[in-house]
Amino acid sequence: MEYFLQQAINGLTLGAVYGLIAIGYTMVYGIIGMINFAHGEVYMIGSFIAVILLALLGAWGFPPSLAILLIVLLAAIPFTSAFGWAIERVAYRPLRGSFRLAPLISAIGMSIFLQNLVQFLQGARNKPVPTALPGGFTLMEAASGFTVQVRWLQIVVVAMTVILMVGLTLLIQRTSFGRAQRACEQDMKMAMLLGIDVNATIARTFVLGAALAGIAGVMVAYYYNVVHFYDGFLAGLKAFTAAVLGGIGSVPGAMLGGLLIGLIEALWSAYFSIEYKDVAVFSVLVLVLIFRPTGILGRPEIEKV
Amino acid sequence: MLEVRGLQARYGAIEALRGIDLDVKAGEIVTLIGANGAGKSTLLMTLCGQPRASGGSVRFEGREITRLPTFEIMRLGIAQSPEGRRVFPRMTVLENLKLGAIVADPAHYAADLDRVLTLFPRLAERRDQRGGTLSGGEQQMLAIGRALMSRPRLLLLDEPSLGLAPLLVKQIFATVREINENEGVTVFLVEQNAFHALRLAHRGYVMVNGRITLSGPGSELLANPEVRSAYLEGA
Ligand SMILES: Nc1ncnc2c1ncn2[C@@H]1O[C@H](COP(=O)(O)OP(=O)(O)OP(=O)(O)O)[C@@H](O)[C@H]1O
Ligand SMILES: [Mg+2]
Repeated sequence: MEYFLQQAINGLTLGAVYGLIAIGYTMVYGIIGMINFAHGEVYMIGSFIAVILLALLGAWGFPPSLAILLIVLLAAIPFTSAFGWAIERVAYRPLRGSFRLAPLISAIGMSIFLQNLVQFLQGARNKPVPTALPGGFTLMEAASGFTVQVRWLQIVVVAMTVILMVGLTLLIQRTSFGRAQRACEQDMKMAMLLGIDVNATIARTFVLGAALAGIAGVMVAYYYNVVHFYDGFLAGLKAFTAAVLGGIGSVPGAMLGGLLIGLIEALWSAYFSIEYKDVAVFSVLVLVLIFRPTGILGRPEIEKV
Repeated sequence: MLEVRGLQARYGAIEALRGIDLDVKAGEIVTLIGANGAGKSTLLMTLCGQPRASGGSVRFEGREITRLPTFEIMRLGIAQSPEGRRVFPRMTVLENLKLGAIVADPAHYAADLDRVLTLFPRLAERRDQRGGTLSGGEQQMLAIGRALMSRPRLLLLDEPSLGLAPLLVKQIFATVREINENEGVTVFLVEQNAFHALRLAHRGYVMVNGRITLSGPGSELLANPEVRSAYLEGA
């Protein structure tokens, strides 16, 4: 029981991260009906920006702390947002209206380019990240002596995710940007007829997804204390699985899917085999695609052309 | 207000508009009638840049708008209630109306909402219902109300009477007249319901196969034997 609880806590943290990345996939799919295959790289770039900023701040004499963590988090947002914007401008917008596979191919190209860029600038080896917020507390102790630990960082990750989710929900439900975005999702031509700048709305959607993925990247860099230029691929694929599981196009679905994938991964590693945890996750993707392509919260596709 | 000259539009190989000349003056209600597939909806959409004109020109209040992107055209004071209504199905009535006002001055929002809900009390009752669950007539009201929320000077209406009960048709046409007379909104109205439309409009145009074949005051077209036999038999 204690062991299960510990794994659930770890899975929840991981799931929050997958959920944040998954939102970018799901929002972009919602508005243009396509998967942003370069999205995982934005997450990876977020991690590297954390490394660079931490090194700079360290050199200026600021030791890692919660305040520094939050500053790095905020400072990374403009950078990852810029990458999100660039992906839309370079890989998607020029190809809108061309055959459906074209932007996917260009996005994969973009993804490889970004990986190589980071590899070139930062090297191919694992980069260590200094511990920002060490320690935690003991939630409970079993008779066997097994203790359930919660790290402070896990609390930061989950709390930050909850705050971002609430903020995002308000943004989508209550603001005129949110309404414009939903209008574009439901009927792009009608959105134009109301005077909505559809290109700008699509670009903002990419930027918003990238900002969230970047934040996830920063938090993961702190959480695992190591980053690598290839990290975006696997995390991106898992977050994509989360988005599909939750129902692609649905923002609450992405978060739910993320949590489930995080839990599946943590529990599978704990009870079955850690080597096959990625296989377990991708089996979920295959099963969902076969048996319930609309996911848990997705709507059946009506007329997306 | 609106000057259309030699306007052409095509869908791939299909020529939908083959050189349209047409004027709408400020304060007028002008109607366009024609058979199915004549190109009426295409004309309304081409005025808004969807599809883009393949030839000719459109001027609005003296300004050339033929090549402007759609969203910029719509920000000049033109609004359209398009064919098929295109109400946002998964948004509430109120959200649909808010979207209509998305490029309008927020200072006018409360007054404009009030006006639309007064014109269509039905929408006030259904304010929190999703667009997709409204009846056809309610959707029609919503589409017109949404178009009015931007305070357009030129209102483009595509078959507002389609699929509505006779009483509701009367009501919608009365509303159009009200908007025109009381608020000075210029209306360009596409209709199948030629009898009502020609009675309502100051002037009318008849479109056949992407061309304008007849034009004149509404009463004159109503009396025209060609129009009578083609569009008013049995009406
Ligand atoms: N998206 C499209 N793609 C290809 N052809 C189209 C498209 N829309 C319209 N057309 C064609 O263009 C012509 C004009 O269509 P349009 O919808 O403008 O007619 P309409 O006068 O509005 O007819 P109705 O009274 O039935 O609404 C028709 O032949 C139609 O088949
Ligand atoms: Mg039509």
